[in-house]
Amino acid sequence: MGVELATENAGFSEMEDVIFSDTELVCHVRNALRSATMGHYDGYNQLVGVLHHTEYLTPDEVALLVTSLKALSGAVSCIDSGHHESLLSAIFGMSMWNYGPDVMDALVELIVKLAASSGQYTDSCLDMLVSNFTPPRSFVEFLKKPRRKGQVLYHVHSALQGIANLLPLAPLRLEDAIVHKMPNVYSKEPLIVLYVENMLRLESSAMGAVVGGMMLKAVVDMAIELDVKIEWEDILQDDPKGIFEMELEDEETVDNTQQEGDELRIRESSRGKSFWGSEIAEKLDSLLVLMFEHLKKCNDAGRLIEVFEPLLQSFQTTVMMVYKLKFSQFVMFYACSLDPENCGMRFTNTLADIFMHRASPPNRRMSAVAYLASYLSRAKFLSLSFVAEILKRLVGWCLKYCETWDGDINPTAHKVFYSGCQAIMYVLCFRMRSLMDIPCLKSLLLHMPIEAIFNHPLNPLKVCLPSIVEEFLRQAKAARLFTTVSEQTFLFNNNMVESELSRAFGGSEKLDMFFPFDPCLLKNSDGFIRPNFVYWSMARTSYDDDEEGCSNEDVEDFGGSGENIAAWSSEEHDHHFDDDELDKMSITPKNSFLNSYMFGGDLCGSALRMPSRIRPSSSPESSWCTN
Amino acid sequence: MEGLKVSDAKLVVYMHPSKANKASQAILRELSSLLFKFNETFDGVVLAYDVNIHSKTTKILPGIHPYFGVRLQAKLLLFNPKPGMLLEGEVVKLGQQSIHVIVLGFASAIITEEDIREEFKYKLKHDEEVFTSTSHKRHKIKVGTVLRFVAKSFDEEILHISGSLLPAHTGSARWLDKNKGDWSCADRSSKKRKESEEMRQLDNVSVDEATSLMNTDHRRKKSKIHNVDS
Repeated sequence: MGVELATENAGFSEMEDVIFSDTELVCHVRNALRSATMGHYDGYNQLVGVLHHTEYLTPDEVALLVTSLKALSGAVSCIDSGHHESLLSAIFGMSMWNYGPDVMDALVELIVKLAASSGQYTDSCLDMLVSNFTPPRSFVEFLKKPRRKGQVLYHVHSALQGIANLLPLAPLRLEDAIVHKMPNVYSKEPLIVLYVENMLRLESSAMGAVVGGMMLKAVVDMAIELDVKIEWEDILQDDPKGIFEMELEDEETVDNTQQEGDELRIRESSRGKSFWGSEIAEKLDSLLVLMFEHLKKCNDAGRLIEVFEPLLQSFQTTVMMVYKLKFSQFVMFYACSLDPENCGMRFTNTLADIFMHRASPPNRRMSAVAYLASYLSRAKFLSLSFVAEILKRLVGWCLKYCETWDGDINPTAHKVFYSGCQAIMYVLCFRMRSLMDIPCLKSLLLHMPIEAIFNHPLNPLKVCLPSIVEEFLRQAKAARLFTTVSEQTFLFNNNMVESELSRAFGGSEKLDMFFPFDPCLLKNSDGFIRPNFVYWSMARTSYDDDEEGCSNEDVEDFGGSGENIAAWSSEEHDHHFDDDELDKMSITPKNSFLNSYMFGGDLCGSALRMPSRIRPSSSPESSWCTN
Repeated sequence: MEGLKVSDAKLVVYMHPSKANKASQAILRELSSLLFKFNETFDGVVLAYDVNIHSKTTKILPGIHPYFGVRLQAKLLLFNPKPGMLLEGEVVKLGQQSIHVIVLGFASAIITEEDIREEFKYKLKHDEEVFTSTSHKRHKIKVGTVLRFVAKSFDEEILHISGSLLPAHTGSARWLDKNKGDWSCADRSSKKRKESEEMRQLDNVSVDEATSLMNTDHRRKKSKIHNVDS
């Protein structure tokens, strides 16, 4: 490449049309650098000056910058960290977001060569590239040039790959740099989203084998951090319709190209604290959507299992033990829904193993079984035979426990047992009818020694959450599951959610009311979850009248039935969006259902029993559906 | 290739009590955390270990968390290239100003223009960058070549080697092994020239330390050159 330098800086005596060869340019730069080490800074300062040019570059200035960068690439061996500090800081301070592709190419070449030239610059080069994940200063400029983002990310990641090719251990150092520079939860949402996008891109890249696990864990950790900051008040306000109307408005009015500042001022003045809270919810929503899209891409590429392992590990070490989490756990749910046979089963078996593992701390086991119960009930993609199998395991464990332990009710001492029983009841509330509809699963269920467990002096029916017990007994009666246990024995106050005994076994973390896969309330994320999710309103109970008389006809033999049932419910779900269908369907009003399972449960006191069926049209879910 | 050694080490690994029932797993994990990092105690980068746990009993440390220490014996494969050592690696990138090499799959090395002897000329042929020797047309260095070079310095933190192709016994390992006669003759004659030069430069302060070190090593290691494994 020969370059025509039409205009130059003051250092050169004349303005001429000169053509220099590459070698000459490199020589020139080398001489400038060497002179600087000996105290003559003219050429050197000129060079540094060129690099500091960022805004409104004329084409000539761009050409000069490109030339300088390319010449520098050839002279990296002459760069000395002691004498050339200002040059190095100028290079590391450059942001690709300010330039076009030509400059980006040249800068990438320089950075890669610099990183590989000596160990002392590697970390700074990696830091510089990580800083380039996001644009500098304000976003407005970046938003004006949507193509730039694609170009920058392409160049940044190719630079990282280039460095990794020359320095095999660089990805390990990169990992640390990325995690350290992650934006905190108070940063603006687009910044967080862009940074996480970069991290997930790295996970899918060739370097993913080394850094992928850490990237996923860091993203999940950030989701957790955002999640615990959301207060229920921020999502659910007194007038549920109001929130979703407001959310709809948000969607219409928030325009990416608008000045962010004005919007913020308007919204802030009208909503104060609750706005900030829902800002965090929005961030979490965007983060989860990014994760879901990434998981989908991984599944399409056939590598979901690879990605699932670090997620599962992360789940076991962090997600599971944070009881305040509201939506982050849906990452696991979505991953399982993409691959029920491998990931779905792996998740279930892991949870079941943790529950049955005697050496684990009790709270961990209780959390595991709560996850298991919620998952088995809500996951539309699990086959009924699989659900029955796991139920059998749970029942077997509970029975063995009963046989080992004598004695009466003692909520705190046997809390793991009670949580196991509650899990069985919860799953059966959702699945009993479907299981009973399949002959061999029905006989499996009838043969399970559930009655023996409930008749035992430990008396789980009295200790477990009354609303669940009540619903379960009602269904069991209708299905004629038991012979000796009668509903009359347990008379509960209709409005009672918790009893003293359930509170006792739940403990301070309220593990008696822990249903982690309750419906996802984040708008965008929910779109991913909804097709695979069983809402209580969708579940058929054993005391339901068979209006459509469909179940027995649709059910064929054991082999195909699982899928059939799933297909039937998903068909029903597809009609969800039809207005007249909504009236037939039991749509759960959010207040009554969710509030009964909210942590603390003291937010909205009304209608706290296991929700019954009707109350369509005015409920928020319908307005949600019509989006 | 030089720079590799096997050391016998007597180690004590301290483990948290929760690992008591899976001690060997924990030990292996602990030892694995040492891999590919420079360790001052062992004086080298640990590349591999072979562990032998002798004792069945261990000592429990007093304290809030009663860690227990397992004594074991391990053979460690260590890598520590000192200046002057002859190393080999695969060329991954080639340019007029530098050659980038990867040694043992994990360490990076760079040989800059100044450290490539005059004999090699950079050429761009059919979009392929090559360094060809002017005295031996078949001696070529390109991407994928296994290169034999002398270490100048080693950055222990980043595990980055700075190398040199100045000595005559460096270059493409394959060519050097096939043509032992050619370059060792050249070596002897250039060696004589270098010796006389050195005598002249004894008083000159600006003699490159590394070069003189290499030359002295040359004389000492001359007999070993033929035994170098490729």
